[in-house]
Amino acid sequence: MTARERVAGTVANYVDERTGAAKWMKKNLTKVFPDHWSFLLGEIVLYSFIILLLSGTFLTFWFDPSQREVIYDGSYVPLQGLHMSAAYASTLHISFEIRGGMLMRQIHHWAALIFMAGMVVHLMRVYFTGAFRKPREFNWIIGVGLLTLGIVEGFLGYSLPDDLLSGTGIRIAEAIIQALPVVGSYLAFFAFGGAFPGEAFIPRIFTVHVLLLPGIFLALITVHLMLVWYQKHTQWPGPGRTEKNVVGYPLMPAYMAKAGGFFFIVFGVTAFLGAVASINPIWLYGPYNPGQVSAGSQPDWYMGWLDGLVRMAPPLETYLFGYTISWNILIPGLIIPGILFTGMALYPFIESWITGDKREHHLLDRPRNVPNRTALGAMSLTFMLVALINGGNDIIATTFSLSINQVMWFSRIGIIVLPPLAFVITKRICLSLQRADRELVLHGRETGRLLMLPHGEFVEVHEPISPELAWKLTAHEQAPALVLADVDARGVRRAGSLKNKLRKRISQANAESIAKPTANDLKEIEHH
Amino acid sequence: MKKLSKLRRNAFASPLLLALALFAIGTTFSVASATTKSELSVQQRSAQIAEGKNIFLKGCSSCHGLNLEGSAIAPSLVGVGAASVDFQVGTGRMPVADLSQQIARKEPVYNEEQTAALAAYVASTSLGPEIPTESMLNYERDGNTAEGGTLFRTNCAMCHNFAGQGGALTQGKYAPTLMGVEPKYIYEAMITGPQAMPVFADKTITPAEKLSMIKWIKAAENEPQLGGAALGRVGPVTEGLLVWTLGLGLLIGVAVWLATKAR
Repeated sequence: MTARERVAGTVANYVDERTGAAKWMKKNLTKVFPDHWSFLLGEIVLYSFIILLLSGTFLTFWFDPSQREVIYDGSYVPLQGLHMSAAYASTLHISFEIRGGMLMRQIHHWAALIFMAGMVVHLMRVYFTGAFRKPREFNWIIGVGLLTLGIVEGFLGYSLPDDLLSGTGIRIAEAIIQALPVVGSYLAFFAFGGAFPGEAFIPRIFTVHVLLLPGIFLALITVHLMLVWYQKHTQWPGPGRTEKNVVGYPLMPAYMAKAGGFFFIVFGVTAFLGAVASINPIWLYGPYNPGQVSAGSQPDWYMGWLDGLVRMAPPLETYLFGYTISWNILIPGLIIPGILFTGMALYPFIESWITGDKREHHLLDRPRNVPNRTALGAMSLTFMLVALINGGNDIIATTFSLSINQVMWFSRIGIIVLPPLAFVITKRICLSLQRADRELVLHGRETGRLLMLPHGEFVEVHEPISPELAWKLTAHEQAPALVLADVDARGVRRAGSLKNKLRKRISQANAESIAKPTANDLKEIEHH
Repeated sequence: MKKLSKLRRNAFASPLLLALALFAIGTTFSVASATTKSELSVQQRSAQIAEGKNIFLKGCSSCHGLNLEGSAIAPSLVGVGAASVDFQVGTGRMPVADLSQQIARKEPVYNEEQTAALAAYVASTSLGPEIPTESMLNYERDGNTAEGGTLFRTNCAMCHNFAGQGGALTQGKYAPTLMGVEPKYIYEAMITGPQAMPVFADKTITPAEKLSMIKWIKAAENEPQLGGAALGRVGPVTEGLLVWTLGLGLLIGVAVWLATKAR
């Protein structure tokens, strides 16, 4: 035993005698995680959250969350002498006078955009591979909650500097609150401490942005990761991989190194963006003034779809018993997002109701093998994309020399027509890919080598695929549609048979697939 | 003294004095309100107007009418003033190349001299806004950047965007970018209101305030890229585009690389 080993052993022993950590560490440091690039998408979110905490703490050292009026005398000449809120002036101070302040502000904002984008790609991975199925429904719901809170947190964050763009956003948020029937006006007065803009909202959203929501985030992320730890990570099907094991590498040393390295890469990419590309140039927007507005006022991208929906809403209003109900804001601003996010949160339960599948699943689905789910995902993404495009309709119009009205009408029609179209096309593509898989398993890989037979016929040589690949392509199960009798054993119509009928119809559509090759099929082929 | 008093009582004295006074006032006024045009002699001026009329009849009258009365596809030019002609012809918008939603800026067809002649001709037919002189456009001396910024955000940003980059209007019309536009044309646009733009008369926004706005626009034009690449200064749309392409592209690329190396 060398001297170094002796010292290390003594230290480790000292700690273990006082904490009893050795047993726990031994167990958990060897925990196995499966390896796939898509499993790293969630880590992007976690790491950008850490970057957000650190850079955000830096910003709070100088940010003054107050709407107290000050006269600017900082170093940015085009604003000198103007009246503005202390919040805006201190953000200018961070940008232009604090060493590294501009970089930190930009890192914080780029990290926020990456945080949200990472959440979306992570969500897509979980959805399209069926990782949300039992026993992970709770974690799915926590994820939907994190996404929702992330949108709110981001919105509050870029509203803090009290610049012209963010003030416009706050104004729209106020309008959406006011659109709530009956309670809207009261709620808006409560939120803003009186009439808009008032002097209360910057201090209020500051507390929510730096204390309340990050606290909730920390708690939810902790539970999210503890559940992953406890339930173990899902894995792709393959030889030797079952619902009861996890095939991969131990946390120590492989994943410690990978995850640690990936953190620094995420930090590096964020810092790179913060260093080379301007984001939220509040000094150009100017201080907020309710009498001013700029062309091309857009929210950040994760709110863009919401803005797009509001922009495309036709001007509908009802005047009822002395109250105006603004459907043009209520429907796109509250009702549609409410339906979308509730539907998303409940999706694991809806799917299990359709399939009747109550078993645990730890092996992932290849998206093509679950055509209906994949098509529904493509449909939802298409809806969001059309809404997002309309959120930037003015920028699109000027960039591509189009009429803003054309872009809006494209979106209005597209948001109804394109999602179902995406559903049908995606489903067909999935079924075609299933056919291709079947073909590959039965006839092997096309080698591109042509052979001339003695009688002159040309054939292409097919090479049998590896057993591993064949396993991967055929490991999934193809559950038949639910069998639901309309009458019970005594011939009496079941209660709620309409619901049963609907469930049967959906289940039938859901079970549509290309039969995967069986062992018998392969044997038959080999006889030829 | 008697002689003077006698003269004063002369029957012609009053009309004569009145005539003299009017002459003096007229002369003083014409000298005081002299613009660049007064640099030209009367003959030169008539020649310029004649040349302008000539150009107008050849190049403009087919749409604007022989007597500037306008037609179904072109507005009347009665009362538009020299400033309007200087803006439209000087920025190449007129004569128009295609009758699309909006007439865009292009290489001018007429040179400075011809443009001045056209402006003189149109101005000679009726009263309208004059072309601002050099001394009226000294925005560096007479403007205030911060005040100009506030005025710009209140009056212009809703169409031309917070940094003067331009923006979309309805039915394919648009507010053009203000970057690289000469101060004279910005001023003329404000006093004549070309196409979809409203007129900002001197009573609404004083000449000094106009110069402040021009000074701010020039400051925005010359502003260095303070936070790094400006991404077009059009707000969060380009930021979102960059994060989804470069940002997520890099990160997913690294994720794929990290996962492949282990095999």
